[in-house]
Amino acid sequence: MADAIEDHGTSLWKDAWIKLSKNRLALFGLAVLIMLIATSLLTPLIAPYGYETQNLNMGATAPSLQHWLGTDIFGRDMLTRIMYGGRVSLMVGFIATAVALVIGILWGAIAGFFGGRLDAIMMRIVDVLYALPFMIFIILLMVVFGRNILLLFLAIGAVEWLTMARIVRSQVMALRNQEFVEAANSLGLSQWTIIRRHIIPNTLGPVIVYTTLTIPSVMLLEAFLSFLGLGIQPPESSWGLLINYGVETMEEFPWLLIFPGIALSLTLFALNFLGDGLRDALDPRTSKD
Amino acid sequence: MYRFAISRLLQAIPVLLMVITVTFFLVHSAPGGPFSADKAVPPEVIKALEEQYNLNQPVWQQYLNYLGDVLQGDFGPSFKYSGRTVNELIAAGLPITAELAFYAMLVALSVGITAGVGAAMRPNTMQDYLPMTGAMIGICMPSFLLGPLLVLIFGIHLDWLPVSGWGDIPGDKILPAITLGTGYAAYIARLSRGGMLEVLSQDYIRTARAKGLSERLIIIKHALRGGLIPVVAFLGPAFAGLLAGSFVVETIFQIPGLGRFYVQAAFNRDYTLILGMTIFLSTLIILFNLLSDMLAIWLNPKLRQEIRGTN
Repeated sequence: MADAIEDHGTSLWKDAWIKLSKNRLALFGLAVLIMLIATSLLTPLIAPYGYETQNLNMGATAPSLQHWLGTDIFGRDMLTRIMYGGRVSLMVGFIATAVALVIGILWGAIAGFFGGRLDAIMMRIVDVLYALPFMIFIILLMVVFGRNILLLFLAIGAVEWLTMARIVRSQVMALRNQEFVEAANSLGLSQWTIIRRHIIPNTLGPVIVYTTLTIPSVMLLEAFLSFLGLGIQPPESSWGLLINYGVETMEEFPWLLIFPGIALSLTLFALNFLGDGLRDALDPRTSKD
Repeated sequence: MYRFAISRLLQAIPVLLMVITVTFFLVHSAPGGPFSADKAVPPEVIKALEEQYNLNQPVWQQYLNYLGDVLQGDFGPSFKYSGRTVNELIAAGLPITAELAFYAMLVALSVGITAGVGAAMRPNTMQDYLPMTGAMIGICMPSFLLGPLLVLIFGIHLDWLPVSGWGDIPGDKILPAITLGTGYAAYIARLSRGGMLEVLSQDYIRTARAKGLSERLIIIKHALRGGLIPVVAFLGPAFAGLLAGSFVVETIFQIPGLGRFYVQAAFNRDYTLILGMTIFLSTLIILFNLLSDMLAIWLNPKLRQEIRGTN
């Protein structure tokens, strides 16, 4: 797919990058995101303490030189726990978004490309699913099948693909009648090859934007469920779960609530700004001044 | 318009049937019966209980019975709250959640529209940047973080407002309403800014300006109606979000509403309560989505014409 991007001209992507690099908030978002990913990947190597290392004699302590973000009631280092929690939160964000991405793109591309009755049926299904209250369904799934992390990925991914399918479909509908698709058709390329080589690469812009905005909403959903005790289960950790614990002891030890809260908010902030910046950069309708 | 409304209403029926069916079979495929989590109970007792709740019948028969009951508005007894029906529990929680959602919506609409319209009137100035940055913070500050922080600041440190309850102490409704409303205020601010900016660049606004109308009159008489259509269309999804948000807010502030019942039912594995409430809440959400769609169409002459064209 990478060479397909190269094929249809670097100018759009170069142009987008120039626009994006002028947007300081979006760059800040990108920097935060890169730092987060790097930290998450390296956590087992760079975390200052062990994830489960307790020090019951010490208990909860305020931030200090030994423990930059303090310790929780079991004397566990908060920085370490936030780093491990971030790994899980980010993983949920990326995997569930990837699930949504694959389903949404395929669904939307097929519906938009073939059109007609198939399109009508497929989009009808999307409309019906849109009307369902998914938050409630995810809670129900977690109750019925136990709080399984894999199920959480699938459930969230299964919710988030609907908008993606709509976006891709409308893009594809517009592309279908362009000359280069006609040319590919007359060259005798198979329908699948045309979808893969010409349609999908050309819908990438809106897809990238929507993906960047889906990741924070997925992470929020995970944190929401974990906060209620219906998402990630201990001994696994996530930011939602840490906030949940923090609330219980916030009167005496407010930092146990505040630091995981900052981690979550800052990440959501960064991703949203990046998404907004990408939208401005990749939307061909915005003027090139 | 009416034909469209009726056809949309008719389309909601299969969706609801699907909700009932999927929920029923999901709950019934749950591993472990509803009574298995309790202490060791003699098998005779379990058998008697199963008979009482008709669990000894084949599943499809239970489904048909349940469907018949639900269509008559009867959700049956609760498994865990002995002696109370699901209907009673919903009737107890609904007014409280409705009041909470109403206040939250009030916060969201008043703050959101003021900020958004104000920002759109002077784009790319401080009057635009400040509220929009605030809106971004509001979106990135989930209710389960904002609520505890508000409690910590205004309830515990400043000791201005009560930290829990609903209608017991004066002022105990303020923090929950703000907690639930803030995120939506942020979304509404962004939507109304976008909508207003688009409308304000239209020709008919230029005409109004050329007539020499005051800016205030242009906004109120001409721009608001068109500019707020995105907000109206957002109200349906927002309502669904408010219900989900009430799960968290009612848990934080210990408010005995529908959200808290739902979360407790999830923890207690109270299957009949979960089943009944899922169906009830889904129906509400579907109806509200329908209403907000209709309202958005009614406000937008272009959409109205499209519908007339298709009929």
